[in-house]
Amino acid sequence: MKRPKFEFTIGNLLFTFSIIILVITVALPMIMIIYNTFFYKLAFNWRMFGAVIFQKENIGAMYNTIKISLLVTVFGSAIGLFFAWLVGRSDIPLKGMMKTLFTIPYMFPPFIGAMAWQLLLLPRSGYINKFFISLFGSPIFNINSIAGIVFVEICYYFPFVFIQVSSALERMDPTLEESARIAGAKQMTVIRKITLPLVVPAIASGAMLILISSLSHFGVPAILGFSNNIFTLPTKIYEVIYKSAGSFEGIRQGTALSVLLVFVVIAALALQRRVLKFGHYEIIKGKSMRPMLVKLRRMKAPLLIVSILFLFLVVVLPLFIIFGVGCLKAWGLPLVLKNMTLNNFKYVLFASQMARDSIKNSFLLSISAATINMFVGTMVAYVIVKVKIKGKGLLEVLSVLPYSVPGIVLAIGVILMWSGAFKINLYNTIWIILFAYVGRYMTFSMKSASASLGQVHNSLEEASRSCGATHLESLIDITLPLIRPGMVASFFLVFLPAMRELTTSLLLYGPFTRTMGVAIYTIHEEGNTVQATALASVAITIIIMGNLVLRYITRERRGNQ
Amino acid sequence: MAEVKLQNISVKYDKFTAVEDFSLTVKDGECFTILGPSPCGKTTVLRAICGFEKLADGEIFIDNKLVSSKRKKLQIAPEKRNIGVVFQDYAVWPHKTAFENIYYPLKKKKVEKKEAIKSTNDVLEQMKMANYTNRFPSQLSGGQQQRIALARALVSSNKLMLLDEPLCNLDANLREEMRFEIKELQRKNAITIIYVTHDQDDALVISDRVAVMDSKGKIRQVGKPEEIYKNPIDSYVYKFLGLSNFIELEKKSGKFYIKSTKYVFPYNIPNDVQDEECLFLACRPLNVKLCNTGEIKCTVKRVIYLGNIFEYRVMLGENEVRVQQDAYDASQGIIYQKGDICGIKFNELRYYNDVGEV
Amino acid sequence: MDQVVLKNVTKAFVTKAFGSVTAINKINLNIKEGECFSFLGPSGCGKTTTLRLIAGFEDLTNGEIWIGDKPMSIRNKNYYLPPENRGLGMVFQAFAVWPHLNVFENVAFPLRILKMNKNDILEKTNEALKHTNLFGLGKKFPSELSGGQQQRIALARAIITHPKVLLLDEPLSNLDPKLREIMRFEIKDLQRKFNFTIIYVTHDQTEAMALSDRILVMDMGNVQQIDTPVNMYKNPANKFVYGFLGRSNFVKVEISNGKVYPYGTRGKEIKCNIPADFNEDTAFLATRPNEIKFTKDGFKTEIKKRVFLTDYKEYRVDIGGQEIRINTITDPGYKEGDTCEVTLNNIKWYSTKGDISEKEREARKVI
Repeated sequence: MKRPKFEFTIGNLLFTFSIIILVITVALPMIMIIYNTFFYKLAFNWRMFGAVIFQKENIGAMYNTIKISLLVTVFGSAIGLFFAWLVGRSDIPLKGMMKTLFTIPYMFPPFIGAMAWQLLLLPRSGYINKFFISLFGSPIFNINSIAGIVFVEICYYFPFVFIQVSSALERMDPTLEESARIAGAKQMTVIRKITLPLVVPAIASGAMLILISSLSHFGVPAILGFSNNIFTLPTKIYEVIYKSAGSFEGIRQGTALSVLLVFVVIAALALQRRVLKFGHYEIIKGKSMRPMLVKLRRMKAPLLIVSILFLFLVVVLPLFIIFGVGCLKAWGLPLVLKNMTLNNFKYVLFASQMARDSIKNSFLLSISAATINMFVGTMVAYVIVKVKIKGKGLLEVLSVLPYSVPGIVLAIGVILMWSGAFKINLYNTIWIILFAYVGRYMTFSMKSASASLGQVHNSLEEASRSCGATHLESLIDITLPLIRPGMVASFFLVFLPAMRELTTSLLLYGPFTRTMGVAIYTIHEEGNTVQATALASVAITIIIMGNLVLRYITRERRGNQ
Repeated sequence: MAEVKLQNISVKYDKFTAVEDFSLTVKDGECFTILGPSPCGKTTVLRAICGFEKLADGEIFIDNKLVSSKRKKLQIAPEKRNIGVVFQDYAVWPHKTAFENIYYPLKKKKVEKKEAIKSTNDVLEQMKMANYTNRFPSQLSGGQQQRIALARALVSSNKLMLLDEPLCNLDANLREEMRFEIKELQRKNAITIIYVTHDQDDALVISDRVAVMDSKGKIRQVGKPEEIYKNPIDSYVYKFLGLSNFIELEKKSGKFYIKSTKYVFPYNIPNDVQDEECLFLACRPLNVKLCNTGEIKCTVKRVIYLGNIFEYRVMLGENEVRVQQDAYDASQGIIYQKGDICGIKFNELRYYNDVGEV
Repeated sequence: MDQVVLKNVTKAFVTKAFGSVTAINKINLNIKEGECFSFLGPSGCGKTTTLRLIAGFEDLTNGEIWIGDKPMSIRNKNYYLPPENRGLGMVFQAFAVWPHLNVFENVAFPLRILKMNKNDILEKTNEALKHTNLFGLGKKFPSELSGGQQQRIALARAIITHPKVLLLDEPLSNLDPKLREIMRFEIKDLQRKFNFTIIYVTHDQTEAMALSDRILVMDMGNVQQIDTPVNMYKNPANKFVYGFLGRSNFVKVEISNGKVYPYGTRGKEIKCNIPADFNEDTAFLATRPNEIKFTKDGFKTEIKKRVFLTDYKEYRVDIGGQEIRINTITDPGYKEGDTCEVTLNNIKWYSTKGDISEKEREARKVI
C-alpha cells in the first residue's frame, strides 16, 4: 500500500483551511496597509509617510497617546494591585461582593463610561459641576481634558492587573509565605519581601495589557477629546479619514498614521516580551491549603470605606447616571421622578428605524462573528496544539497578529482590501464589517480554544484510536464533547465585545449597516443626549445579561470537571 | 494471542534519535516487560508498536503481519492493529461512565449490541467493578480508574495488550495488589502483554521474560526474571536490579588486595577478569555476613532498624559496605552496635570491570 | 527535659459540607530534648495538622502546647503566639524555597530579620552552607539547582538560627528513592551535631523507623501508639499499627475448647499458645511473612503460588480458606501444588471487635 504524496488526512485539511481563512481576514488587510503607505503605483516611496508623520499635529497626537497610556498604566496598575492584595490576602469583609463588582468595568463599553462621566462633569452642564457652580461659582473638573481621558480609562483598565494579580495570589503556594513567618518575619515583612516580589510578573503582565489597550483605544478619547481638539493617534486617524470624506488622499494619510501607531504598539509588545521573560517563577501549589490572611484590625473600617467608595464611583455611579438620564424628558433637567419618562426607550426601540436597525445589525454581526470564530478558532487551535505538521509556526503568528493590531488599523486594512482592490467591492455592506470582526476577534477565540484543548490530553485521543476508532471518529466522540463547554465560552468571548464595539464599525458603516455602538455615537454627536443615553442603557443591559449567561455556563462546567 | 517482532527499528523526532537499531521478539501469550531508567526510549518503542510513531528504519510485525515498515512505506493505523493499550495516566474518558468507557471498543468493532453489553458486564465483574458501572471517572479513585483502563484494553483486543507504566501513580500497597491482578488477568485470558516500566519490582513480579534497557536505548539482557537476577550479564544489569555493593580490588606484587585496606582478597577470582586495570567485586547486601571470626575486619558505622530487616553500614577501609540481615534471623544471633569491629564474609560474589553506570 | 509538650490537644475544622470535623482528638505527648520524634500515619490522619499546630499556622480548638518552659498556645487563657515568635525551624514538603532570592539570601533570611550585622551574617550563612554541602553555590538561584539541593537550602535556612526544635513535614517525599536515603542520613547527622529536637512527619514507615528515637502512630485523628521503633515493631498496640509497620498476615480464628481453628472450620488445629489474658472466642492472629517457617509438625497445607521478589522468595499457602504469605531468603524450592508444613512464630493476638474495613476507612477520611 503506497502512500500518496499529499495525504488527505484530517490534519492536513484543517491546516490548509485555517491558513486560507487567516490569510484573507488577517494577513491581507495588513499587507494592504503597508503597501498603501510605502508604495505608489508599485514603486517604493517613503517620502509621503515621512511628510505625514512629521506634521505638527500628528506629532502632538503621538505625544498625547504615549502620555495618556503611561499615566493610565501606572495608576491603573497601582489600583489593581492594591485591590488584588486587599481581596486576596487580607481579612476585609464583603469579598464576594467586591470580586463580582470589580469585574463589571471589564464588560462595560469604555466609551459609554466616557459618556456617563460627561453627563456628570461637562464643564457647564454636568450634574456634579452644576452642583459646584451653584455652591462655589466654578466647576470642579472638566472631563473633556487629558486628565479626564486618563481618569475614565483607568476606571475600565485597572481590572487587567486586578485579575492577573488575584489569580497569581490564589495560585501561589502558601508555604512560601509560611516559611518566611517561621523564619521570624512579621506579616508586613512577609508582604514586602516575599509576596510582592513574587507577584511582580503578574503585575507586569497586567500592566502591559493596560498599556497596549490604552495605546490602541479609540472610544474614550473620541468622546472626550474632540470638542477641545485633543487628539490621540487612533482618533487622529479617524479624523483624517472622516474629514476627507473617504478620499484616496485621506486614506493614504490614515494608513501612514496607522503604521506609526502599529510601530508604537509593537515597541510596547517587545517591552512586554522582555518584562515577561524576566521573572517566570514557579509558584503553583501542590496541597490545597488556604493561605494565612493578614489581619487588618484598625485599618479594616477605613479600607472598607475606601473600597466601597471606589466601587460606587467606578461601577454604580456611571450605571445609575446612564439609566437615569435615559429616562429624562430632556437633557439638563434635574434627576427627579417628575422629569422621568419612558419615551426615549420607546423611541430607540420602536420609533427610530436607525436605532432599531442598529440593534438588529449588532446582534446579527455579533452572533455570526462569534459562531464563525468559534469554529475557526477551534480548528486553528487544534492544528497548532495537536497536529504535527510543518509550517505550524506561520499559523501561530497569523492567529495572534490581530491582538497587536489596533481596531482602527484593522478597519482601514479591511477597507483597502475589500473596496475593489481584488475585484470585489463590499464597502458600505454588512459583509465588510463581518470580515473585520472575524479578523479582529480571532485571537480571543483561538486562545480560549487552545486552553480548552490543552486540557484534553493527547492520550485521550490515542486511547480511542487504540480502541478501534479512526482519527475523525476520535475527534467527534472524544475531543469535541470535551471541548464543547470551552467552545461555548469562546462564543461569548467574541459575542460580548462585538456587541459593544465602536471603533471598527465607525469606519466601516454605511447608511443601513450601523451597529449599536455607531448609533449611540452618532446620536450623541448630533446632540440628542437623552436618546443616545437610552440606547446606551439598552446596550448595557444586553451585555450584562450576556455576561450572566457566560458566568452560568462556565460555573456548570467547573462543577463537572 | 499474538507474537510481536521488532526488527532493527529506529524512531526519530526531528533531529533527535529516540530509538536506534532496536530488535526484540515477544512470544505468543507471553507477559514481557521492557525495563529501563527514565528516559531511555522504552515508551517510544511501545508507541511504535501501537502505531503512534512512524519508523525511521526497520519493521514491526504483529501476529506475523507487517504493520510498520520504513522501506515499504507502510504504516497501518492504530485502530486497525487490534491492540489494547493502558496509558500511564489511564486516559479514561471523563465524559463517559465506567460502562461507556469499556463499551466503546466493542461499538467500534461493530459487535452485536446484546453480546457487547454482556461482554462489558463480564469484564466489569472480573475487575470487581460491578458496583461502579454508572460512575464517572471523577467519582472513582486512582486504583478504580486503573481497573477501568485495564478492562477497556481487555475488550479492545483478545490478542495483544500494551501497558505503559500503568502503576506509577498508585501508592505502594495498591501497586502490589494491581501487579498480581494483571498477572491473573493474563493467565485467565491467555493474552500477550508487553509492559513498559522503570520499576524493577513491577518487572520481576509480573513477567515471564524481561528486557533490561540502559539509558542509551540499548538492550543489555533478556531473560526470565529470576535468571537475570541470579545471572546478570554485566555490571549494569546487576546494579539495576536490586541493591548492590561494589568494592574495588587492586593488584599489588602479584596479589589482589581490597583497595585502601591491608587485606589480601581471600576468594578465588576467575581468570578472565584477573588482568584488567579496574576490578570490582559485587555482592548483594543480603549475602554479606557479619561475624566474630574471620580474617577481614570492618567497623560498624551505622545500624538501621527497618522492621523486617536489620541494615548495617560498615566501613571496610574507605569502602562503605551495605549489609542486610533478616531481623528474625538476626534476633537468633548477635546484633551489632555502632563502633563494633567485626569480621565480614561474602557470598555469591561476582566480578566486574566497572561499577555499572551508563 | 521536656522540650515539646502537648496537653489534650484537639483541633476541629468547620466545613460547609460536613459541619464540624474533628481532625485531631485529645493528643497528649512529651517530646524530650534532643529526641528525633516522628508522626507516622496514612494520608488524612491528622499528622500534618498536628505539626502545623505546633508551628502556629493553625490555632487549637482545645488544650495547650508548650515548647521548653514557654507556652505557645493555651485555649483556656486565649493565649496564642504567632509563628514568627515561636523560634522554630521548619522544612516543608515542597521545599518552599524562594525563587526570587539566590541561595545565600534564602539561607540568610532569618538572620536578616534579626537585624544581625553584615559580618556575622556572612560567617553564619557560610557555616550553614558548609553543613548542608551547599558551599560555593551561594550565588545560584533555586531554579538552577536539583530537587535534592533545593531541599538542602530549606534545611540550611531552618537550622541557621540554631532553633531548639526543628519541624519537618514529609521533606523527602518529592525526591527519588536513592536521594531520599542519602538525605535521611544527612538530617540524622545534622541532628547529632547540633542536638536539635526533631519532629518529623511522614507516611513512610521505613523512613520513620530508620530515623526516629520514638514514633507516634496516628489514625483518623487519634493516637494509636507512642514507642521506640524496636518496641513498636515487636509489640504493636493494635491491628492497625501492626499492619501499618510492614508486611503482615492476619488470620481470623475461633477458639473452641482451648483449641484454635481457622474461622469457620473445625478441621485442622493451629498449634499455638493462647495468651493468658485473652478472653474472647474470636481473634486475629497477626504474623510477619518472614517469621513463618517451613518445619516438620506444623500446620499441613499446600503451596498455592510462588512469587519471586528480589530480596525474598514468597510462597502463598492456605490456612482454612485464608491465604497467607511466607517470605524466605534461602529458597526451599517448592513448586505450586507441593504439600508442606508451616509454623507461625511470634504470633500477636488482636481482638476482632472494632475492626474497621478499608471501605469504611476511605469514607471516614478527613478532607
